[in-house]
Amino acid sequence: MIELQGFGDQLLAGTLVTIELALASLLVGLVLGIAGASAKLSDNRIARSIANAYTTCIRGIPELLTVLIIYFGATTVLMAVASQFGYDEYIEISPFAAGVTALGLTFGAYATEVFRGAIQAIPGGQREAGQALGMGRMQIFLRLIMPQMWRLALPGLGNLFLVLLKDTALVSVIGLEDIMRKANVAVGFTKEPFLFYLLAAFIYLSLTIVTMVLVHYLEKRANRGLERGI
Amino acid sequence: MDYSVIAQYFPKLLEGVGTTVELVLVSGLIGTLLAIPLGIARHEKNIWIRALPYAYIFFFRGTPLLVQIFLVYYGMAQFEAVRESALWPYLREPYWCAIIAFSLNTAAYSAEILRGALDSIPKGEVEAAQVLGMRKPLIYRRIKLPRAFAVMLPAYGNEIILMLKGSALASTITLLDLTGMARTIIARTYTPIEIFLSAGVIYLLLSVVIIWVFRIVEKRLNPQQSVKIA
Repeated sequence: MIELQGFGDQLLAGTLVTIELALASLLVGLVLGIAGASAKLSDNRIARSIANAYTTCIRGIPELLTVLIIYFGATTVLMAVASQFGYDEYIEISPFAAGVTALGLTFGAYATEVFRGAIQAIPGGQREAGQALGMGRMQIFLRLIMPQMWRLALPGLGNLFLVLLKDTALVSVIGLEDIMRKANVAVGFTKEPFLFYLLAAFIYLSLTIVTMVLVHYLEKRANRGLERGI
Repeated sequence: MDYSVIAQYFPKLLEGVGTTVELVLVSGLIGTLLAIPLGIARHEKNIWIRALPYAYIFFFRGTPLLVQIFLVYYGMAQFEAVRESALWPYLREPYWCAIIAFSLNTAAYSAEILRGALDSIPKGEVEAAQVLGMRKPLIYRRIKLPRAFAVMLPAYGNEIILMLKGSALASTITLLDLTGMARTIIARTYTPIEIFLSAGVIYLLLSVVIIWVFRIVEKRLNPQQSVKIA
């Protein structure tokens, strides 16, 4: 049996933090993605260019750099804003909050493209049918576009979530107590880097497998009632 | 924003760019060379040929790059056999460890891209080659691989950009690439926003260059796409 020297439950606690971080970032990212896709498809020129700038910048900058910019930069920006309101104490944001912001922004940028593709794949006639029935814009989006877009966006979103899951490891660099950080601590104490990093790798691998199974199930559910393959 | 800091440390950042570009080019080259046999093996129908590359690709695509780098840099040194081998002078250098980890990682992703491209070649083309009396190696060399390279270019361009972004992780094992250099400068000047944003802009420019290069190569390899039908 592998001797973990008491670091087993530490790694488990780290796994929970990783899962929490991934799910929280997913939520932020989905909201940003839908907002970004709506902006890219809107008639408003300013909204379109903001969305374009957002996706271009985030997708061209390394995730690690995004995490570092948010963690170190947000403190400076928040303090500058707070001092305008007469608050001069030192403000620090937690690694978790910085991680959710950075990973959410990254996920959102890629999800924007996924959602845009999915929305565009829905025939324009559907929107017109909704208008003919007297539905408002919000109603058309929520009751016509969303349920159908979801099915088309799922495979892309599943892949993005797998990328997000792996990117959570980067937040250990700013000190979040996730799997990676716990493994680092264990390595520092036991001097067995290969064992603990390999263990961390297998935890990530099992999380990946669980995600793949879940996404497969969701896809099957979303595609129920549709004939597959001829 | 303090622009004088950016101007003062810009030459330092450019030094980091050199290391980043070197990392991407060298590991991109090694990764591609590894990916060709792996991709072909994944494309073959024999399960015994397919199984091992599948496990390799699954491991490297399912775990974070950060874990892989730590496994190579810290993990391998745990073994006496590695420390006493002739390769130790290389294996203890963070530079070579980063190259090894990046090459193995990108090889897994590129192999999967190559497999997709090989699978997409119309059966008729392969049959035509068989009818002409070509054997398997010749079909690969003359028909399948050249066709696959042209098909996989866009996806491969994305992979190179992902690797450019992944190369930022080299900074976690003390390498002074663009991100590493930025972190070193910030430790001295404490101007995170200015320096990190400049680094981000440089990464963006590097991605633009990669996209641009691939667009040219794509035109070269797919001349049929630029023919306009009147």
